[in-house]
Amino acid sequence: MTAIAESLYMTQRHTRALLRQPWFVAMTLVQPMVWLFLFGQLFKSVTEIPGFVGGASYLDYLMPGVVVMTAMFSSGWSGMGTIDDIDRGLMDRFLVGPLHRSALIVGRIVHEGISLIVQALIIGGIGLLLGARLEGGPLGFGVLVLASVLLAFAFASLSNALALTLRQRESVIGINQFMVLPLTFLSAAFMPLSLAPDWIQTFARFNPVNWAVEAGREALVANADWSLIVSRLVALGVIATICAWMATGAFRSYQRSV
Amino acid sequence: MIGQQHTASPAIGADGLVKRYAGDVTALDGIGFSVEAGTIFGLLGPNGAGKSTTVKILTTLSRPDKGSATVAGIDVIRHPERVRRVIGSVGQRIAVDPEATGRENLILEGRLHGLRGSTLRGRVDELLGHFGLRDAANRVARTYSGGMQRKLDVAMGLVHRPRVLFLDEPTTGLDPEARADLWAEIARLTRSDGLTILLTTHYLEEADRLAARLAIVDRGRIVAEGTPEELKADLRGDAIQVELQQTETMGRATSALAGVAGLHEATLDGRVLRARADHGASAVPAVLSALELAGVGVVSVTVARPSLDDVYLRHTGRAFRHETQETYA
Repeated sequence: MTAIAESLYMTQRHTRALLRQPWFVAMTLVQPMVWLFLFGQLFKSVTEIPGFVGGASYLDYLMPGVVVMTAMFSSGWSGMGTIDDIDRGLMDRFLVGPLHRSALIVGRIVHEGISLIVQALIIGGIGLLLGARLEGGPLGFGVLVLASVLLAFAFASLSNALALTLRQRESVIGINQFMVLPLTFLSAAFMPLSLAPDWIQTFARFNPVNWAVEAGREALVANADWSLIVSRLVALGVIATICAWMATGAFRSYQRSV
Repeated sequence: MIGQQHTASPAIGADGLVKRYAGDVTALDGIGFSVEAGTIFGLLGPNGAGKSTTVKILTTLSRPDKGSATVAGIDVIRHPERVRRVIGSVGQRIAVDPEATGRENLILEGRLHGLRGSTLRGRVDELLGHFGLRDAANRVARTYSGGMQRKLDVAMGLVHRPRVLFLDEPTTGLDPEARADLWAEIARLTRSDGLTILLTTHYLEEADRLAARLAIVDRGRIVAEGTPEELKADLRGDAIQVELQQTETMGRATSALAGVAGLHEATLDGRVLRARADHGASAVPAVLSALELAGVGVVSVTVARPSLDDVYLRHTGRAFRHETQETYA
């Protein structure tokens, strides 16, 4: 119980700090709109490729991809805050106090989850304005958000684990540079995998980013295959739990180095 | 409440602490000391001597490779989670959240220590008032001056009324006024709250003003321990330096000083006359009048308290001190 309360106090700390920086809030809100607009325009003719399946329109097809990509893009930076805390001495202050180590990780990833929910709602709203049909309705959209939040938990945990182990901004920048875009393009985010080469299809099967895209997109079409959705959500939940557990373990490595 | 149960065991006990870092760096080489409850104990030494490593081990942040330690009677290696509830720690860096207000910083720290509701609010108000931060309480800490941030930082270490407080070079980087403020506050904490404080510093004056007992740390070992008076008594007193109007021959100036009580080791180097005095301030008028009587003109006179270098070098027993100094005639 105390671990949960402690996590929420930490989440409150991060969310309050974010809200006090209007520029960041604006960036956070504008960025997904830019993705939706740019990718929507750039890949518009994808639907004309023979063999394209899925989604009522390309906008419908694209929306889960943009939400999932946003999840990675914002949560991947989560470790930066941890490095700031280390540099300021705040991390050592927390660690000599009685709070659970897990609260330091859970507090951060829940904060990422909350800002992602807001971003996803904006993407959904804009999508509707632009004519997306979202046949899965609010429930389907909820599944997309859940899948993306689980993915964000995993990425934010990984980012924090790296921050605690390597304690360098470069390492956190690295995970964003070398993971986010490749993992996005090695998934069905922008293009059906049936149109991609075999090796990408094979890779995508083990790519959590693709699990989130598949679950979210499936939930948004009419007559969704719920067994597929549930299996992907469970897999994402397992990955997120493992990553959060690893990140909590990274405090041991951090404390060995101080 | 005289004779509480923990007066029997020391508030802090360290025994044979050894800590090595990768690359064969020995940070601690068998440090041991004990601190009586309700007193301030100073660890004095230059940067890199092992003071901070000692504090990190005692505050459960780091584990020793060898040795044992207790804080408030609790084993820091076996029960770190119990130690964390009874200690407060103020590190070298000012550790406040710059994006949170002073009040929010204190409330979070209190909550993490299990304080809730009106108890927490009352305690936070009390500390804000006490540290003169009430007017700034609802401003984010980023806008505070260095001295205010340090006060908030110390207040955060006290929210949960710890039994033992660790202060790792608390006044580094503060201006003289803020430093004096903090000294007064630290001294008050042991007097009124019965807190035990471990203070590390590389300012001799700070240790002198605050600590009931001191240990001098060098290369991961304790080379001297005692009350400030005991340690200073080992030194040969204050250094007096007199700049003369013109170059003097040895005889006139130094023989003039021979009659001044409590002055010794007078030497002359060109126009600079140096001596050591048991009490620098009281020796100055006597030195000046003796020189005037002898007809030696004086440009300036300075008195320096024994510096950390003096104490440290004396207790590390390194010979190079004598080699680098002017030879006494």
